[in-house]
Amino acid sequence: MNGVINDMEQIFTLTKNTPIAKDVYRAVLRGDTSRITVPGQFVNVKLDGFFLRRPISVCDWTIPFMGDEGELTLIYKVVGKGTDAMSRLKEGAELSVLTGLGHGFDVSASGKRPLLVGGGVGTPPMYGLAKKLVRAGISVDVILGFNTAEDVFLADEFEALNDLYEFGCEGFEGKKPEVRVYLTTVSGETGTKGFVTDCVPKIGECTHYYACGPIPMLKALKAKMAETFPDAEGELSLEERMGCGFGACVGCSVETASGFKKVCTDGPVFPAAEVFCE
Amino acid sequence: MADIRTRLGDWTLDNPIIPASGTFGFGQEFAKLYDINILGSFSFKGTTKEPRFGNPTPRIAECTAGMINSVGLANPGIDKVIAGELPKLRGIFKKPVIANISGFSIDEYKYCCERIDKEDGIGIIEVNISCPNVHAGGMAFGTSPEAAAEVTRAVKSVTHKPVYMKLSPNVASIVDIAKACEAAGADGIALINTLLGMKIDIKRRKPVVANKMGGFSGPAIFPVAVRMVYQVYEAVKIPIIGMGGVASAEDVIEMMMAGASAVEVGAMNLTEPGICPKIIGELPGLCDSLGIENITDIIGAAHC
Repeated sequence: MNGVINDMEQIFTLTKNTPIAKDVYRAVLRGDTSRITVPGQFVNVKLDGFFLRRPISVCDWTIPFMGDEGELTLIYKVVGKGTDAMSRLKEGAELSVLTGLGHGFDVSASGKRPLLVGGGVGTPPMYGLAKKLVRAGISVDVILGFNTAEDVFLADEFEALNDLYEFGCEGFEGKKPEVRVYLTTVSGETGTKGFVTDCVPKIGECTHYYACGPIPMLKALKAKMAETFPDAEGELSLEERMGCGFGACVGCSVETASGFKKVCTDGPVFPAAEVFCE
Repeated sequence: MADIRTRLGDWTLDNPIIPASGTFGFGQEFAKLYDINILGSFSFKGTTKEPRFGNPTPRIAECTAGMINSVGLANPGIDKVIAGELPKLRGIFKKPVIANISGFSIDEYKYCCERIDKEDGIGIIEVNISCPNVHAGGMAFGTSPEAAAEVTRAVKSVTHKPVYMKLSPNVASIVDIAKACEAAGADGIALINTLLGMKIDIKRRKPVVANKMGGFSGPAIFPVAVRMVYQVYEAVKIPIIGMGGVASAEDVIEMMMAGASAVEVGAMNLTEPGICPKIIGELPGLCDSLGIENITDIIGAAHC
């Protein structure tokens, strides 16, 4: 099997699989990550006993270096039998993964101080994006939205990116990039009570934003941004049920301003101006 | 080593393995993964007269050993397929391809097949008659022998290319439909299309796919497909392309023993994109171990 097909399918070894919030797990896998090139891409994971693979966004990754394998971090929520089975996998389990799928975020379009918005289980890809931006010396505002306190994850990790600079961001001089995190919960137990859109007016200025989260959140955010920062351009990462994840089945189509697109290969990240135009 | 070449009418294929329509696009996605010229052929995405978005999303649901799709024939339309996809396809695939054509009226089938008839590099026109006839209260053409025969005659009147009718399994008698197509001039039969199925989300208390129902495919339907190929083989003399849940080289042999001259692989391409090269690689060795010298010797071998 391997060797016949190109590097899209890789076998990864699970090294960690731990709960980090209610029904949310962090899986760390080792394997060839070289097809993952930009934040916002996803992988499609084969689980024993399930016909379809599980598409999961890449939270973070390291590239293979000096003969060392790369490391892939996935954060996923248990929503059904498949993800439940995944949460029960033990360290050392080997998984077939279709890797480096989809078009991710355009880091070069960030502007001076981009806004990153993550809602619920849409938060993980925003972490990899924030890390990439901070590494490039760019300060970011991050709005995170969750339902309740027990759903919150990654907020501390985003804060910790403030220290990333100390550990050797390559090559830029001058000001240390800042990561300002605005946490919201619907319940109000922690952070600001409300939705991610309630935090948008707290941002000083914004010419570019990135977001991933539930469709209603993305729609509300697009409207709020248009009202608050009319000149800001956005990139939204969409989710849809997929058959294959690599463009063959056309199961995950979306209507955009420039015609029908596949979420898996044309996206999952689309310009905000292209989607939710009705 | 066993000879795994097979024939569909006058056309000799290097091997019997053909990715099925709707699981292989127009070849571009898989050409990035492996040399698709190792395939016997492939059947391109079901094409209609007009461009179609297809059904609303979500349109994919998982089931035990299979999946439901309600993609609904999303495709760029015959004009864009001929102007855009076929030239690109010829750049990556050097063998004749199978043109899968769908329609919602007799005229639409005729229009599309007339257009495809003028194109080079088409080995077979595979006519999908599982679509609803908008002029007959939405009843699928493939559910009545008369309607299936009518499509067959209409298509045959506009093309000299071999026409294979792709049958729906959601019928009372698959044999009657196959015989009607043969009598109307079909050059071959392809079966089975997906089984009409449903998956309900027990938390939401609603069907998973927006269209409520969809086509059920995957390894779960394989025994149904083998049974239908077996029955149709006894009833017609024209060649059969067998498909439905094929997942291994063993399945290919089984399908051919039931009566298929070639075998399409569908849903498995989506979850195991290397499945076709894997089967093609394993087939000669499997034939050897079963004492098969020429794979064509086993077509219909299960009939006695």
